Amino acid sequence: MSPFGGFLMPIQYAGILDEHRAVRTAAGMFDLSHMGQFVATGEGVARWLDGLTVNAVETMKPNQARYNIFTNEHGGARDDAIIYRLNGRWLIVVNAANSEKMWRWLISRLPADVTLVDRTADFALIAIQGPRSLELLQPLTDADLSALKYYYATEGTVAGVPAEIARTGYTGEDGFELFIAAGAAQQLWETLTREGARVGLQPAGLGARDVLRLEAGMPLYGHELEEDITPLQAGLDPFVKLDKPGFVGKEALARQRAGGGYDRIVGMTMDGRAPARAGYSVWRGDERVGEIRSGSPAPALGGKNIATALVRADASAPGTVLEVEIRGQRHRASVVSLPFYKRPR
Amino acid sequence: MELPQDLLYTKEHEWVKLDGTSAIIGITDYAQSSLGDIVYVEMPKAGVTVEQFKQMGVIESVKAVSDIFAPLSGTITHVNGDVENDPAKVNSEPYGGGWLVKMTLADAGQAKNLLDAAAYQKVVDAAAG
Repeated sequence: MSPFGGFLMPIQYAGILDEHRAVRTAAGMFDLSHMGQFVATGEGVARWLDGLTVNAVETMKPNQARYNIFTNEHGGARDDAIIYRLNGRWLIVVNAANSEKMWRWLISRLPADVTLVDRTADFALIAIQGPRSLELLQPLTDADLSALKYYYATEGTVAGVPAEIARTGYTGEDGFELFIAAGAAQQLWETLTREGARVGLQPAGLGARDVLRLEAGMPLYGHELEEDITPLQAGLDPFVKLDKPGFVGKEALARQRAGGGYDRIVGMTMDGRAPARAGYSVWRGDERVGEIRSGSPAPALGGKNIATALVRADASAPGTVLEVEIRGQRHRASVVSLPFYKRPR
Repeated sequence: MELPQDLLYTKEHEWVKLDGTSAIIGITDYAQSSLGDIVYVEMPKAGVTVEQFKQMGVIESVKAVSDIFAPLSGTITHVNGDVENDPAKVNSEPYGGGWLVKMTLADAGQAKNLLDAAAYQKVVDAAAG
């Protein structure tokens, strides 16, 4: 177990490759109770959040979930989050590592017509991810999960436990996230473990989760997004609504988009067997053109080594051949479009 | 956890099978199990000289890069091509087909700096808390 955001978290259970296989072919179960959960209520929530984030909040439909990025004045990412518009309240799920920082930021900007509660300590989050997630969960709940669209949420009971059930995830597979009272978490985990045997469910840790999200081309805060990496640099342009009324960092992002030419996150595949890791230098000839931000072998690509890198604009086109420096040796790599992996539909 | 009695060990979790003035080197069952799925092994080439307790290569699991230290000073004579092609062999047969390198020893007397199985067991017990 490793300390992570104030929680003791399992990096792996059976092993990252086994857990990865379970999620890609059957189902995996993640304990994500370390993630920050803030609940906002009041008339002004959507307007308030729209002023702090790049994606549209006001236009969210009831029960909809939407990926969003909280920005700083320079357009850099304070955090990326999923915002859920639930019945009479909004749930904001932030990264564990940023939970305290985000709480302070949100409280400092809280308008009179919004109430914010940090429920992280009282709530657990269990994610079921993988193609057989629906088959596992449907018999255990009164909610109609097959009618639940991707990036929507509903409320119901799961194995008798009241839950907010969202069709969201961070693995590139179909799946559900279950927000439940902390006191019910162990019992639900055990029930799901028992019931999950019929679909090949395996518990999966943070190690597998990181490989799964990287294959799916999803950013991880601290790697592809940071205070000094903007959503545009991270390639998250579709989520940046510059036509939205003023929000923190909007001017900086508008300037960046208009100016172009900025360093950006790209996907890379390595020719050789040596994995690229965060921090390694990326070269084109004698020029250092960037730095690896995440790297891992990709089981979904037959073990091929994949990576993300923050590189100069002129080295970012798919097909560009670059070199990654690994322990003093140069290794060939190619820029490719993200994601590395798309689930079969 | 498997811990053969006839091998010598380092506190960095390498094992050594001594044979006169040569040795076979690998990593222990405890090490492979702690690392998890091993995906890459990078060892010095045959002919390279290594120094006792200095880094000689790396082993990488899916998420982690770990240094491998030379248990003894000497010259690498063989690198296990099987584990370069199939690193998971280190997981499945850490004391057998998953060996890493063979070397000739510069000074067989350095073996006194290594741990026997009982002493290594204590290192593992301490690490496991």
